[in-house]
Amino acid sequence: MSMTLRSWALAAGFVLLAIIPLIADAIGEPYYLTLFSRIMVFAIAALSLDLILGYGGMVSFGHAAYIGLGAYAVGALAHYEIYDGFLQLIAAMVGSALVAAFIGWFSLRTSGMYFIMITLAFTQMLFFLGVSLEEFGGDDGMNIRRSRFFGSPILNDDMTLYYVILATMALCTYFAWRFINSRFGMVVRGAMSNENRMQAIGFPTLRYRLVAFMIAGVMCGVAGYLLANITKFVTPEFMNWLRSGEILVMVLMGGMGTLFGPLFGAATFLLLEEILSSYTSHWQIIMGPFLVLLVLFAKRGLWSLIPARRSDG
Amino acid sequence: MDALLALEQTLNGVQFGVFLFLVSAGLTLVFGIMNFVNLAHGSLYMVGAYYAATIYEITGSFLLALIIIVPACLITGVLLELAVVRPLYRRDHLDQVLVTFGLILFFNEAVRMIWGPAARFMPQPEGLTGHVEMIPDAPYPVYRLVIIAVGLLIALFLFLLITKTRIGMLIRAGASNRPMVGALGINIRNLYTKVFGLGAVLAGIAGLMAAPVLSVQSGMGEEMLILAFVVIVIGGIGSIRGAFVASIIVGIVDTLGRTSIPILLKVFVSQTASQTAGPALASMLIYVLMAAVLFFRPSGLFAARTG
Amino acid sequence: MAEPMLKVEGLTKRFGGVVATDNVQFDVAPGELHAIIGPNGAGKTTFVAQIAGQLRPDSGTIHFDNVDVTHLTTPQRSARGLARSFQITSIFKDFSALQNVALAIQAHDGHSFRFWRPAAKDASLIEPAREILARVGLEARAHVLGGNLAHGEQRQLEIAMALATKPKMLLLDEPMAGMGADDSERMTKFLATLKRTYTILLIEHDMDAVFALADRITVLVYGRRIATGTPPEIRGNAEVRAAYLGEESVNA
Repeated sequence: MSMTLRSWALAAGFVLLAIIPLIADAIGEPYYLTLFSRIMVFAIAALSLDLILGYGGMVSFGHAAYIGLGAYAVGALAHYEIYDGFLQLIAAMVGSALVAAFIGWFSLRTSGMYFIMITLAFTQMLFFLGVSLEEFGGDDGMNIRRSRFFGSPILNDDMTLYYVILATMALCTYFAWRFINSRFGMVVRGAMSNENRMQAIGFPTLRYRLVAFMIAGVMCGVAGYLLANITKFVTPEFMNWLRSGEILVMVLMGGMGTLFGPLFGAATFLLLEEILSSYTSHWQIIMGPFLVLLVLFAKRGLWSLIPARRSDG
Repeated sequence: MDALLALEQTLNGVQFGVFLFLVSAGLTLVFGIMNFVNLAHGSLYMVGAYYAATIYEITGSFLLALIIIVPACLITGVLLELAVVRPLYRRDHLDQVLVTFGLILFFNEAVRMIWGPAARFMPQPEGLTGHVEMIPDAPYPVYRLVIIAVGLLIALFLFLLITKTRIGMLIRAGASNRPMVGALGINIRNLYTKVFGLGAVLAGIAGLMAAPVLSVQSGMGEEMLILAFVVIVIGGIGSIRGAFVASIIVGIVDTLGRTSIPILLKVFVSQTASQTAGPALASMLIYVLMAAVLFFRPSGLFAARTG
Repeated sequence: MAEPMLKVEGLTKRFGGVVATDNVQFDVAPGELHAIIGPNGAGKTTFVAQIAGQLRPDSGTIHFDNVDVTHLTTPQRSARGLARSFQITSIFKDFSALQNVALAIQAHDGHSFRFWRPAAKDASLIEPAREILARVGLEARAHVLGGNLAHGEQRQLEIAMALATKPKMLLLDEPMAGMGADDSERMTKFLATLKRTYTILLIEHDMDAVFALADRITVLVYGRRIATGTPPEIRGNAEVRAAYLGEESVNA
């Protein structure tokens, strides 16, 4: 397999991610560990959104809800002193799946602007729910301990957590690749391309799109689960609709409808935020227009600016 | 809940509804006529509130603030339309969502830079403070009545504009069949700029009305934005009448919900549970309402679009 | 006599004050090629949409292969063997011709809740897809994106996708729409090869093709069926001529 510039960029990216902890350790800046852990978590979230957005044409403005659900799965259980990471993970995934099924069942009957609004509305509902749950700190949130595995707090070591997240991201990317090219993925992609035709050839598209919606929710829930472990803190702010917007931006920045675009987009967005805010507390005044220009002129995302083979994607 | 309280809450609901109408009228026009999703509409509302607070600080006159706000917001809106919004009309909704999302970030930061991060307060204008007893022994805040009055006046103005003027006819035509209006040779670009400007002015006036009641700060637009979207989705995109009806419904449902749900809950669950769940359920109520409307009438109550 | 493959009775559809389909009744025998013609505004599009399941009739029934399908969705009708092609080309522009057909085959190959194996390497989809492309004459263009095919090739792909679903009946909505004379001739010859293997309901404007292919023809005018018969019968029918040529010729 010949290496295109894109493949080089990808390989470089993964290598870099693998050695970040060592670099951070060497230069005595543990902050970079946290930063890149967060980047990878949002990369997973962005990837999960891209599955339904870039490949399925479902513009969900409510994806942050699943980050919240995953995070609160950890938080709520930890609050009741259940620290087992496996149980929390199951709770996060099952909770996300059920909520996604519910939201999807209502939302997927609509399309266009209505779909955007209804997904947004559901996220708001969850946000308000989180704010009102005094038990879990309400809108102040609550501090929690990291998950334990087989009783052992192995995630308390930042470096271990980092590599767990890296492995999860790699795994999710692999699943996504399988998913996109599978029979199921073809149905979802076909439904985006021409839903009428899909129905005419015999696909009852709603159920497939619903399952895709659920899968995306579950993957994002996993991201939330990891985020809670990084921050050791859960707050309804994870589910703020502006977060949904940010994830959407990450997907777009990187290039929707591609496998690695969202990963790249999440990294770019968060690094940009990081760099800009170190120069000025008014970084959003640059980020805003940057986003505007991006959409106007680099519609297919930054990833698409890196040359690839003609039929690569 | 006794009758007097119910009446007061209903009036509050109407006031909130009328206020929502001010916020959402511009949004439904822009979305209905130009098929443009403007997430930055909340920012125009916020900017209006900031302008109002500043003008009031300088002049001490609420009336002057009202007068100056109109051209100020008009100019802001038109500049925005010419610079950023125009290229996006032919793009899909996702692009519009992302760009206007970027504008939210920009505006939120810009007001912080210009006016500082602290919230500003605008006192209620003199002469409009205090209460009036429309029913003996039932005082009601004058300012709330003023909001209702202003809102209804503007609703009337819009109604006359849309039904009795030439530009109103173009707006109605554009809302129901955009390509046709263009084909008829009407200067669409001009029309669009005017509509966008009108939307900005309406949002700004809403900001002015809100300033004495809510605190004026960065980010205040987003909460209103979501409510506005809920209203226009329920009312039907592109329909002013729909926006009005939906705003009143949402205003009343939300206000009455917040008062009655905790009370209702106490009947079924414990005090603490109702105190926790009550506000949460009340907040969710209008979203449930929106989901229900979308389920039975996917185009909203008064869908305007045929083309 | 065998039961008709398609039996339509009392089909009526109104849009506000307009009656688009007016109490239409007709049937299609198994193996028959039945053509539907009518001047513009006859309501052919609405009619097709109701047969295909995109539109619900206000009243009337549709029986396909002895089953009442009036309330079934489009995918459900497709599963029972009713395939359609679209008048306005409706293929998957971002997929290759081969993928287009493979998808159609996949639709009838059990459920698609398979998340692991790549569909593009699935021989049980790809081989039959190639075969069908060969049948319509597109095998050389298998890897061209749908959006990059010439108009005539896209129309061929339309039919290929319908064939891929192993249908009992083909509902062909103006397959020759927008085609030049050469392409139309080729398509007519091709459709002739499909006769007998499939029952075909053909909606067309191209009279040469219709009269060359049809076993029977039904004429729709303003949503009403005014005549059904063999091509010679229809050619000689005064009412049909009037509908096409205008009222004056009835008295002529």
